[in-house]
Amino acid sequence: MNELQFLTWVRGPGLNLAISIFLLGVFVRLFEIYSLGRKKDLSEPRNVGGASGMNTVFRRSLPAEGMLKKSPISYIGGYIFHIGLAIIVFLFVPHIKFFQGLLGISWPGLPSQLVEFVTIVTIVTMLVILLDRITNPVKRYLSTFQDWFTWALTFLPVLTGWLAVRHLLLPYTTMLAVHILMVELLLVFLPFTKLFHAFTVFGSRWFNGTVNGHKGVAV
Amino acid sequence: MSASLEKGVRVLKEVIDAPIASYFSSCVHCGLCAEACLFYTETGDPKYTPIHKLEPMRRLYEQEYTVLGRLKKLIGLSKAVTDAELGEWRELVYNSCTLCGRCSVVCPVGNDIVYMVRKFREGMSASGNAPEGIKGAANRTITIGSPMGVKLPAVKAQMRHVEADYGLPIPMDVEGAEYLVMLSSMEIMNFPEYLGAIAKIMNQAGKSWTLCSTAFEATNAGMQIGNSDLARVIVSRIVEAAEKLKVKTVISPECGHAYTALRWEGANLMGRSFGFKVRHIIEVLGEFQEQGLLKTEGFETDRLTFHDPCQLARRGGVIKQQRGLMNMVAKNFVEMPDAGYMNWCCGGGGGASAIEEGEELRMEAFKKKKSQFDAVKPDRVVTACANCRIVMEEGLEHYKMNLPVVGLTEMIADHIPNPVVAKPEGS
Repeated sequence: MNELQFLTWVRGPGLNLAISIFLLGVFVRLFEIYSLGRKKDLSEPRNVGGASGMNTVFRRSLPAEGMLKKSPISYIGGYIFHIGLAIIVFLFVPHIKFFQGLLGISWPGLPSQLVEFVTIVTIVTMLVILLDRITNPVKRYLSTFQDWFTWALTFLPVLTGWLAVRHLLLPYTTMLAVHILMVELLLVFLPFTKLFHAFTVFGSRWFNGTVNGHKGVAV
Repeated sequence: MSASLEKGVRVLKEVIDAPIASYFSSCVHCGLCAEACLFYTETGDPKYTPIHKLEPMRRLYEQEYTVLGRLKKLIGLSKAVTDAELGEWRELVYNSCTLCGRCSVVCPVGNDIVYMVRKFREGMSASGNAPEGIKGAANRTITIGSPMGVKLPAVKAQMRHVEADYGLPIPMDVEGAEYLVMLSSMEIMNFPEYLGAIAKIMNQAGKSWTLCSTAFEATNAGMQIGNSDLARVIVSRIVEAAEKLKVKTVISPECGHAYTALRWEGANLMGRSFGFKVRHIIEVLGEFQEQGLLKTEGFETDRLTFHDPCQLARRGGVIKQQRGLMNMVAKNFVEMPDAGYMNWCCGGGGGASAIEEGEELRMEAFKKKKSQFDAVKPDRVVTACANCRIVMEEGLEHYKMNLPVVGLTEMIADHIPNPVVAKPEGS
């Protein structure tokens, strides 16, 4: 398989396969989680403003009182790389073109230089976060193969994308194909690893907010 | 697999619900929950990271309720939960967790970790892995009627003492009273001032109240151990008493877990909602204050601070009332850092104070409480939970700190003018 055939494969059958596994995986995972249901709370509710599932879905995006100081790397690093990823994925013009081809809808993007700057910041932040996972005793203690693996799954698409744009390391066509393959691996594994928090985070916050909101506690 | 492990696994499978599945699927191993847990912050040992305390339950969830996990189990790629492992986890699930719920309010993905620990305890208890200390307390509550072995004659003796000291009647088994007042053994044995305080407060407010001879103990070790069957038996005594006496409201004493057991778990344990209300004594005092039924005289002038019991504040939503009450009787009330919603646990909640072998760790964790005290240097600490009170007294003693701990209800009652007792004619 030469580089052109490789690119053709990742753009065609490879992409279709990855998207199919991703969609099926997301569906199965969401079903197996939320179909478990929960018992109705029979205790008398105490209704208080601000204490509900929806409130917690939003409020939990901010650090709890006093927590930012305890782990600034987790919070600030977390914000930077999540927002960075969102900008790169959804506001880089070639990506928008890709979505347009796939979904038929399009939206305005950001100048390439700005996206490149965001990319570099994201790459550096992700490296800092990796270093933090290695050196922080709690993070290191909790870490399993999955934690390192999912870090790589998230990092490699960003890195290879940047290398492709910059024509570094490998010929452009090959690097682009590698980039797309990395994205496909991310899609395939996302539903079955901790990366699935991208979906369940909303349900988890909502449950926590609802269970505690029933008691009149705005968590 | 041993029979007890089989039972534990069956119970765990039953308690795993959509929230737990969602929580386990959301955890990104960020470790922030460790920073919220006093057992981690004071020891620096990462094994006390709250989410780690649930590891056996997480694996069981994965193996039983996810397609991939079942596949891994089928081809022998996953590690089964063992007796030895659950035994090892006893310290993490009981000794080093007071169900304070700080982890649940800091988790960025929103995991209610303490909700899961409470459920995990069901499996631990069913598999015979609960600590002897809490087991004993639960068994005494079932057989004798209270975790400290207090029986009705002891309550009656205290009633007579209090009646003599305060000149007020202590009603028992009065049908149609508005309030059914519950006690904790700790109050019967160590803090009888509580009963006197209730008599004074109710007398001033002009409210009818009663104790009940078949249900005076409010604490629920069954809930702490994680045995819903025992918890149900204990709570049902109170429910039956409240219904028999046709009271409007059952008052939980100054005890955090008694409040949670009655107010939030009670109806769910019974499988039906109650026809009466459940309120913590601090909520009732707050209502009286709001309605102008609480009239106090004079002020405490020394430097006071308030320790929020976790189950009352963070887990129970009662945060403002105690502050209104403190300001009613204290001129010099100072708040500790993190007071209120984010307050640090005394270190002995959730049954932990009943675990003898957990004492050393408890004292280590108490350094957190000590640092809060050191920050504001109070002359006395006020709280609203007899268990917090005993645990803090032990901790203060251990660290040789001379800091008296008092209950808020009795402090309020101290500022209520003594009733004019009508003397019998001719005397």
